[in-house]
Amino acid sequence: MLATAIIIFREVLEAALIIGILAAATRTISGSRRWMVAGVVVGLVGSAIVAASTDVIGELANGIGQELFNAIVLGIAIVMLAWHNIWMSAHGAALAADAKAMGSNIKDGRSECSALFVIVGLAVLREGSESVLFLYGIAASEGSGQSAMLLGGIVGVVAGIVVGYGIYAGLLRLPVRWFFNATGMLVLLLAASMASQAAHYLIQADLLPSLAAPLWDSSAILSEQSVTGKLLHTLIGYESHPAGMQLVFYVAALLMIGIGMRLVGTRQGDASNKK
Amino acid sequence: MKTILWIALLLPFACYAEDEVYSLIIKDHRFQPAEINVPAGKKVKLLVENQDATPEEFESHSLNREKIIAAKSKATIYVGPLAPGRYTFEGEFNSKTAQGVIIAQ
Repeated sequence: MLATAIIIFREVLEAALIIGILAAATRTISGSRRWMVAGVVVGLVGSAIVAASTDVIGELANGIGQELFNAIVLGIAIVMLAWHNIWMSAHGAALAADAKAMGSNIKDGRSECSALFVIVGLAVLREGSESVLFLYGIAASEGSGQSAMLLGGIVGVVAGIVVGYGIYAGLLRLPVRWFFNATGMLVLLLAASMASQAAHYLIQADLLPSLAAPLWDSSAILSEQSVTGKLLHTLIGYESHPAGMQLVFYVAALLMIGIGMRLVGTRQGDASNKK
Repeated sequence: MKTILWIALLLPFACYAEDEVYSLIIKDHRFQPAEINVPAGKKVKLLVENQDATPEEFESHSLNREKIIAAKSKATIYVGPLAPGRYTFEGEFNSKTAQGVIIAQ
């Protein structure tokens, strides 16, 4: 049971952290909650479909369909996270002003909500399909201990959600003046770690050179299988055996999104100074 | 969209690769063979066939690889070039029995 709980926990954790951070970051945008819930529901339905078509996806493109699928899903999520973060820097001042009042009236809040919907949906889709396959494997296999393992699955899901809620509640406790910088930084790091994961899939598919594999081996210091390792893997993209190309993608994503945020933020600052 | 185009552009290169192929079978939640010897410093191609009725995830942190292999199907995994050494891998969904190691020399 414990083994099952741990596997499911690892899968759920990533989606739960992404949702927790975004739910905190967009708490003042009206309608954001509804769109996130919709994203979870659509993501769950999608993960069942992806799980059922694993064999078809896997055989696409000479057997590297799964890697391409994951890289594309990650690519879209990165673009959406980048868009979200740049949008937040542009509206940061307005959002901070009425951070205490729920439901601000920001003109293009709707497009921000659709970005949220896509990010949440894709996060659930990616992590959910693996959980569905794993649980299906348990249900389909013969022998005893299935109910204990399924119970383990439920424990894993609940534990993942608790951690996701924990980061959400923790972020809400931050003073307003730090809040936007903190959530912005977390989303930026999430996007960069997704870029590193996308590179990982493209290397595995042999579409990109690894440059150095591994660049370092820190498994003796912090194993990726440990809870801390997995948390850091999701939050900042920690890997115990990264390839050089993953670091290139990571830094490139950090720089591009960071510069985008800075440019938009400064322009916004100038505009409000002139008034 | 750009990502998709970019990947489509790169696709033909994947077909040119002429790599050494090593076969691996998953049966009764075990890898056969459980130990594979590969040359160090060369990229190799693992052809993994899952003969079980349930899906499996090939996972190795030391190789930095993870891939789901559907029930009764085959998957390709590129590995290396590796420095000489032992690289363990496992079937994450049945890690009690599904254990293996790649030895690069």
